[in-house]
Amino acid sequence: MSDRATLQSIANLVPPGSRVLDLGCGDGALLDLLRRDRNCSGYGIEIADENLLACVKRGVDVIQLNLDEGLSMFGDNSFDVVLQIDTLQHLRNAETMLRETARVGKLGIVAFPNFAHWPNRLSIVRGRMPVTKRLPYQWYDTPNIRVGTFKDFEVLATRNRLAILDAFGLQEGREVRRLPNLMAGTAVFKFERG
Amino acid sequence: MTLIAEPKSMQFEQPLPLRSGASVRGYDLAYETYGTLNADKSNAVLVCHALNASHHVAGVYPGQDNSEGWWDTMIGPGKPVDTDRFFVIGVNNLGSCFGSTGPMHRNPDTGKVYGADFPVVTVEDWVDAQARLLDRLGIAQLAAVMGGSLGGMQALSWTLQYPDRVRHAAVIASAPNLTAENIAFNEVARRAIVTDPDFHGGHFYEHGVVPQRGLRIARMIGHITYLSDDVMNEKFGRQLRSGLDIRYTTQDIEFQIESYLRYQGDKFSEYFDANTYLLITRALDYFDPASRHDGNLSKALAAATARFLLVSFTTDWRFSPKRSREIVKALLENRRNCSYAEIDAPHGHDAFLLDDPRYMSVVRAWFDRIAAEFQA
Repeated sequence: MSDRATLQSIANLVPPGSRVLDLGCGDGALLDLLRRDRNCSGYGIEIADENLLACVKRGVDVIQLNLDEGLSMFGDNSFDVVLQIDTLQHLRNAETMLRETARVGKLGIVAFPNFAHWPNRLSIVRGRMPVTKRLPYQWYDTPNIRVGTFKDFEVLATRNRLAILDAFGLQEGREVRRLPNLMAGTAVFKFERG
Repeated sequence: MTLIAEPKSMQFEQPLPLRSGASVRGYDLAYETYGTLNADKSNAVLVCHALNASHHVAGVYPGQDNSEGWWDTMIGPGKPVDTDRFFVIGVNNLGSCFGSTGPMHRNPDTGKVYGADFPVVTVEDWVDAQARLLDRLGIAQLAAVMGGSLGGMQALSWTLQYPDRVRHAAVIASAPNLTAENIAFNEVARRAIVTDPDFHGGHFYEHGVVPQRGLRIARMIGHITYLSDDVMNEKFGRQLRSGLDIRYTTQDIEFQIESYLRYQGDKFSEYFDANTYLLITRALDYFDPASRHDGNLSKALAAATARFLLVSFTTDWRFSPKRSREIVKALLENRRNCSYAEIDAPHGHDAFLLDDPRYMSVVRAWFDRIAAEFQA
């Protein structure tokens, strides 16, 4: 997920000069890129010690919080953009966090592994849970507690009255706009409150 | 390489006006410095001390075993706050019993020992005094100010009182003010001291006695609150001092924890000044930058422009992570640069003095970034 082309593709969705909150910011690479290339400012939220350390080393501002405890620290509309890149699938309260994302940010951007990508479908048809580059874990040791598809997210977004501004797939760092639910390993959505 | 520390002292004749309306003149501040101030004086780090600490933050005194500074795990050559790169200043606060002018010194206006008449000092007063020390050292702006607990309050106050003089601030295991429970603990400690028959209204020096009983109890209470339940259980559990048998006594020591607390209390009562303890706990009680802004911490911190690092420890119940998050929230609302690490450590409040690798590596990385700024 952290390859340069993928990061760049997501960064392109962020308006220049935005104040950004990156939920589950990992090692801070995306915030670093946004800061350098797009003149953005903001904070990452991370739970893992090693990621927090990586952010501090980069000089990216990072707040150590457990996202499953919610975003009560942040006011309504307090950020231009709230990012949830490869975070949603790790959260117990994924739907709440999606609503929180839309509350705190004027704009939300979510990316997660698309379970309906064709190699995954093929694997299921053969009777096994998929193990791919994008989903490299066995079913019994995966940190991804939510598996969903591009189409599933559209339904969830509508259910929560989110207006989807842009949606596409990402595959090998390239944007997939034709049949993304089938053709892309990653689903990307940009939305605002409807 | 062992860092050799050398205590210094600076005299200030000009009166220092205090928040209470009183002032002190003719006072000394004890301090130590480590490392070298660079040519443009941009690498100075001020370390503020907590309740029972002093200017001796790092290194050892020559020929004195076990004389490591209280934050020697953190500060020194090659350590997270690297004295090969930073010029680190430790300063002892006014009212202390470790070298700076305090209650056991003579008031130049009366010629008498201050005792209980030493004026009540606040965190803000200490910061003002520290600023004067920096003036004299020719340091216009600090690369960083840092402190833990009460020291963290001073670091925070620095960013509000002298925002232009602080580029970065590390506020560790601290809080924007004390909770009622915390003030309650301080009050119990103070009552233990002032009700000691040897206290003599704070003028015990004239009587040639020390209210050691009160100090012992004050320290025992403090000590309990600095540790976590888990650590205490792990260290002492319900272990009996006499082995297996209960001895059915209410006067003697039965449990190991009692023995430990009494030892800590005894040690403390031999070196700490009772009036200093009263003053310092009061300064803790009073600190509350939000109070001048209708209790709105966000408004209070609007003055701060430094880049912050906040650190808390999950098992610290005296200065809990929740309190650090209040500061983080207020800084975020002001769109200030701020990072926050919540270290999962078992040791309670004392964790900020200990050598936890996660804690140390975050502070190290943060100071590395600061060093890169003035080396660039």
